Amino acid sequence: MRDRGIIVSGLAGFLVLITFPVWYNLAAGTTSKAPDLKRPEQEKNCVAPVAYMRTSHMELLTTWRDQVVRQNIRTFKAFDGTTYTMDLTQTCMKCHASKADFCDRCHAYAGVTPHCWDCHIDPKLVQGGRG
Amino acid sequence: MSIDRRTFLGVVGFSALAIAGRSSIAAPVAPPLSTRWAMVIDPRKCLKDEGCIDCIAACDKAHNVPHLPERAHEVKWIWREPFDKVFPGQSSSYTEETLKERPALVFCNHCDNPPCVRVCPTKATWKRADGIVMMDWHRCIGCRYCVAACPYGSRSFNWLDPRPHIKQLNPDFPTRTKGVVEKCNFCEERLARREQPACVVACPEKALVFGNLNDPASEVRELLRGRYSIRRKPELGTQPEIYYLV
Amino acid sequence: MFMFEKAVVGSRKYWAWLGLLSAVILVGFLCYLRQLQVGLSITGLSRDVMWGLYIAQFTFLVGVAASAVMVVLPYYLHDWKAFGKITILGEFLAISAVTMCMLLIFVDMGQPMRVLNVLLYPTPSSMMFWDMLSLSGYLLLNAVIALITLTAERKGVPPPGWIKPVIIVSIPWAISIHTVTAFLYSGLPGRSFWLTAILAPRFLASAFASGPALLILLTMVIRKLTRFDPGREPVDKLSLIVTYAMIINVFFVLMELFTVFYSQIPEHMEHYEFLFVGLDGHAPLVPWMWASMILAVASLVLLITPRTRKNERVLAVTCGMVFLSLWIDKGLGLIVGGFVPSPLGHVTSYVPTLPEMAITLAVWAVGLLLITVFYKIALSVREGLAG
Repeated sequence: MRDRGIIVSGLAGFLVLITFPVWYNLAAGTTSKAPDLKRPEQEKNCVAPVAYMRTSHMELLTTWRDQVVRQNIRTFKAFDGTTYTMDLTQTCMKCHASKADFCDRCHAYAGVTPHCWDCHIDPKLVQGGRG
Repeated sequence: MSIDRRTFLGVVGFSALAIAGRSSIAAPVAPPLSTRWAMVIDPRKCLKDEGCIDCIAACDKAHNVPHLPERAHEVKWIWREPFDKVFPGQSSSYTEETLKERPALVFCNHCDNPPCVRVCPTKATWKRADGIVMMDWHRCIGCRYCVAACPYGSRSFNWLDPRPHIKQLNPDFPTRTKGVVEKCNFCEERLARREQPACVVACPEKALVFGNLNDPASEVRELLRGRYSIRRKPELGTQPEIYYLV
Repeated sequence: MFMFEKAVVGSRKYWAWLGLLSAVILVGFLCYLRQLQVGLSITGLSRDVMWGLYIAQFTFLVGVAASAVMVVLPYYLHDWKAFGKITILGEFLAISAVTMCMLLIFVDMGQPMRVLNVLLYPTPSSMMFWDMLSLSGYLLLNAVIALITLTAERKGVPPPGWIKPVIIVSIPWAISIHTVTAFLYSGLPGRSFWLTAILAPRFLASAFASGPALLILLTMVIRKLTRFDPGREPVDKLSLIVTYAMIINVFFVLMELFTVFYSQIPEHMEHYEFLFVGLDGHAPLVPWMWASMILAVASLVLLITPRTRKNERVLAVTCGMVFLSLWIDKGLGLIVGGFVPSPLGHVTSYVPTLPEMAITLAVWAVGLLLITVFYKIALSVREGLAG
């Protein structure tokens, strides 16, 4: 087999490239730490239990979106009986005031880019006075 | 007793009808007072020729409407147009000056028979039960078919990201993203809080009156009873709900 | 199974042509990436002229796609044996044209990633919903028909019986795709330029003139480049179809002009004034529209005269004139003319920008690439059979 050298080195190179995400993150230590979330100080309860929010806040927000926009239903009764207005900027981000210290931490870790803030306003932008 | 198939089907059919019709034959109850939002504008009260744009400024601020430098890309929800352009063919060279020389306020007419709703392929725009022609900016694919369908030119498209062109961000309302169509929404978010639309509140002369057409005692009904009003392009059958008193 | 191996062997000219097309596609693709990033502001479109080059070219190409029916119908329904060798060429032209149409719609969208919303939230009242269904269906139909018939030809057996009803269905389906496209425009109450019952018939007439004209040119090109020669008869008969379709098309245009200018309704006249003489100082399309009219009349004269129609050299030029004239009429004038003046009476010029033209050119290059590859496969199969 004349081409053994090329074939083996090609295979080796391919293996290195295909496993790049694994060994790169191991070397950089990025996966060993969980995202460091800055939780709100005052409020103890979110609109749903923490475990549910951790797994399914996207579903909750999608339901909120369709209820507010398409059905004109704007109030939400939480699991603990409190009534909230379904609004990302005015409700969620009233407590989770810093997108960079909370929302972005997990999203960056998981490598997702939600498009909510293309339109919905991050309160920090308004404090500066200019968008 | 034996019963043949035809008789059996007939009995079943009649029974089904009877059960279904029972609720309608039952004691009649007055239906709740449904809502039909509409706007009545008095062009004579408008201070347009003194440069007043309070209503436009209020709407732009309330809804984060961007101000684009190029006319080709402008986004507007409410603005002024010359009278003869708003009501083509309804004025002649002999029409009263105070009416003809003034610009008229134009925005989405929230038609009862809206062509834009008919053509939207994703139901990103639809007609609510209270009469508002609503938009869902999450669903819009930016095909601009609704813009082509609107006989009034009420809709704008976001040719680029609007955020850099918004003077002051209002956190009470989202901005939109590039690639979607937008228009006046009759301040539906304010109506949900039982507030009047921003333009109505902002007008110092109370030239804009907003209300429920289904309520015979409402101010809009009073005005329409008392004076003759015209609507834009009525011959097209769109049934616009913006009335201009003349 | 798809016989692609036939497409990867070819002469230097073949590869040079594919290379050129790829370069054009690359440039257009890069421009499209910029459009995705910045928005549709990189085009010449505006608040008044919402649809331009992309949608106009789409409208024209739906016509070209539908014109495959002009070879399929005579052959399968009326046994015109002369068209036996070129139905496959018509079907491949249809596939390429429909692909171009879908690409043009995609690049025109403000939020293309959401395009599947049209299928997720079906809206039967919207003509755009039906357009998507009919175009997709037509693409599928032609792809299946072309694949089955070509494979059967290659194996030297008659195609399976079930393909015949599929081919028959493609005939009314072809009419429907262009009718639905016309319905996009002709049902809008606020656009008086398009609000005419004759729009769909006009679309079909111009499609049946421009499509077969292109097909004639393609057969001539193929005859020059390969050993494939369908003979004189198909070209003769196709040129007759182009002639009659062009006569009907010009007649329809004259009907429109009469209704508009005899009734003297300003709102109807202004669109034609903008297109043919200019309005409010804006006249970007005037030279184009007159060129289109002159080309149409000149090509009609050459088509109706038997001596010039039967002369292949002159016919090639005539077909080019027909194609160009109708490309201008539908691919430039029709859409922009509907938007100017705007519903509020404003006159806004529309001139496509360079990135917009590059993206459109790239889509054309994709279509030409597909046609080249498909024809290479079909003709290689035929040459292989011929020995």
